[in-house]
Amino acid sequence: MSSRDELLKAVAENQPMNFPLPEIEFLDSECIYLAETFINVLTSIGGAVVLIENLMEIETYILEKFKKSDRIVTTIPAIKWMAELIPATSIPPHALSNVDFAIIDTHCAVAENGAVWVTEKGIVNRALPFICQHLAVVVNARDIVSNMHSAYNLIGTDDYGYGTFISGPSKTADIEQSLVLGAHGPRSMTIFLIM
Amino acid sequence: MIAPDKDHAALANEFNKDEQRVDWHDETLWWVRQKRDNAVKKLPEWEELREAGSQIKNNVLGNLNYYLQQFETNAKANGVHVHWALDAKEHNEIVLDLLLSKGINKIVKSKSMLTEECNLNDYLLDNGVNVIDSDLGEFIVQLANEHPSHIVLPCIHKKKEEIGELFHQHLGTPSGNSDPIFLTETARQHLRETFLARKAALTGVNFAVAETGEFVVCTNEGNADMGAHLADIHIASMGIEKIIPERKHLGVFLRLLTRSATGQPITTYSSHFKKPRSGASIHIIIVDNGRSKQLGREDFRNSLKCIRCGACMNTCPVYRRSGGHSYHSAIAGPIGSILAPNLDMEKHADLPFASTLCGSCTNVCPVKIDIHDQLYKWRQVIVKNGHAPLAKNAALSVMTKILSSPVLYKVAGKLGRLTMKWVPLVVNNRFNPWYKQRELPEVPKNSFGEWYKKNRNHESKDK
Repeated sequence: MSSRDELLKAVAENQPMNFPLPEIEFLDSECIYLAETFINVLTSIGGAVVLIENLMEIETYILEKFKKSDRIVTTIPAIKWMAELIPATSIPPHALSNVDFAIIDTHCAVAENGAVWVTEKGIVNRALPFICQHLAVVVNARDIVSNMHSAYNLIGTDDYGYGTFISGPSKTADIEQSLVLGAHGPRSMTIFLIM
Repeated sequence: MIAPDKDHAALANEFNKDEQRVDWHDETLWWVRQKRDNAVKKLPEWEELREAGSQIKNNVLGNLNYYLQQFETNAKANGVHVHWALDAKEHNEIVLDLLLSKGINKIVKSKSMLTEECNLNDYLLDNGVNVIDSDLGEFIVQLANEHPSHIVLPCIHKKKEEIGELFHQHLGTPSGNSDPIFLTETARQHLRETFLARKAALTGVNFAVAETGEFVVCTNEGNADMGAHLADIHIASMGIEKIIPERKHLGVFLRLLTRSATGQPITTYSSHFKKPRSGASIHIIIVDNGRSKQLGREDFRNSLKCIRCGACMNTCPVYRRSGGHSYHSAIAGPIGSILAPNLDMEKHADLPFASTLCGSCTNVCPVKIDIHDQLYKWRQVIVKNGHAPLAKNAALSVMTKILSSPVLYKVAGKLGRLTMKWVPLVVNNRFNPWYKQRELPEVPKNSFGEWYKKNRNHESKDK
């Protein structure tokens, strides 16, 4: 018998009686102050929020924070004149190792934990939101949902290859529980929030 | 793995020699526990959430055979390779075969307690494969040639000065620099080179969704993603109990996991791997290693509901004061003490006794595992199987005789009081652990029985 069949047989012999799945819809809660909660939570975990009215304002931020020699990339065609557009055709992830600032897009953000949901579609290259030194995500205030249950309702049966919730800059507290931002991923995370 | 010739009490004794460190360890973990409390108090529906998590896991245990096959079918349809391993040995061999078949002899790992349980690092090293653990805490214990002492905070037993010294020896940082920001930056630079160079990455699995065939890996550092997205081959090791039925159930578990672990609302990254990226491959290894046996133990199967948050460790008065290494097992603390005896009852016979049975672990468990009840039940199984220490057996048989005879009980009580009053050295000596770090109160003149006999008339007058 193969290990697979032997394992499955042992499980079948030892598993207890069926127990029905619970209803979890009751956990959906309405939150009126979505944007406010989102901002409060994200800033409390080391993220930054910049309120904007249109995408043009991102350029001001770039000019203020970055040098001309910095490599600034984006996956949003609408702002390709202010940053290098990552092509949809696959490029090796290693080619992104010198990216200083990446600006990506999302269609879902979560108020309760300050997370944004991004899939391969929005980031083009899976490595991009991790390998860049600084990360920014454009969020439309109307795309903020209250909690993770609402987020998964929205995600539904989407057939992505890869997707991730990102909540703040990468961080660690492994040395004596001292919080340090910028572990292996981005050192900062900025949300451009379109109100 | 760690000093297997010593039991929990002896190893805890060693940890306790450095009183300042024990105090620091104790207070730091309690602080993490308090952060957990603050986070869960913000959610009015917390108890409903725990109940939902517990019930979903009950459903998983009752249908595990079906869900495992459903997961396999869907993962394969997504282009992911699925392997099955009955035990640690088979798991390790599969990893090695995968690497050798691609001519790879270097691998970067993110946190996986399963590979600790399987002793994968040593196995790969013995077979000429270089392994680098990329989680900062695990990287540090790897440099120190140790094992993690906590499933979420791997090097919580180390002081920053010791970490600074390790970095000085291995990475050439200036001697005496133990600033966490500086050390983290050093590890970041060092490991970035590793991520860019390694062709194979191994990660653990937090949740595997039967309905979609995807699996989720949670990190704060981003190391699992850095490894997986830059490697040609991504190996993900999971125990059979990591399965959850549907994608929407992630909503429940991702809300429970990190709030329980560190008090964060969610980990920085909760990455869903469904299909390999073009030109790369994903291999999942589904491991039993004693889990199906635990599934068949009615009293202990609930331990398989564990989502590895570590809340039971942070709250445990014994863990906080004895340190993770005193449990001489891959997973320490209360949950580790009910998982380990399943794998080897004799070797881990001491662990269910490393608890006060106060029940705090059960109260904080996000999936409502009856941890302290299981510890109590393991004690009975262990004693029945003859694995209790000889001294404990002898003491218990004397106690049984005394407690079952009223005459003997009275005589023994009197003798005890007289001894403690007139010749305290007979009991207050270094051989009696009850006197370790504590003084007993002054001996009463008489027993309660004697007091009651003398005073019962007064009581009737009061009425």
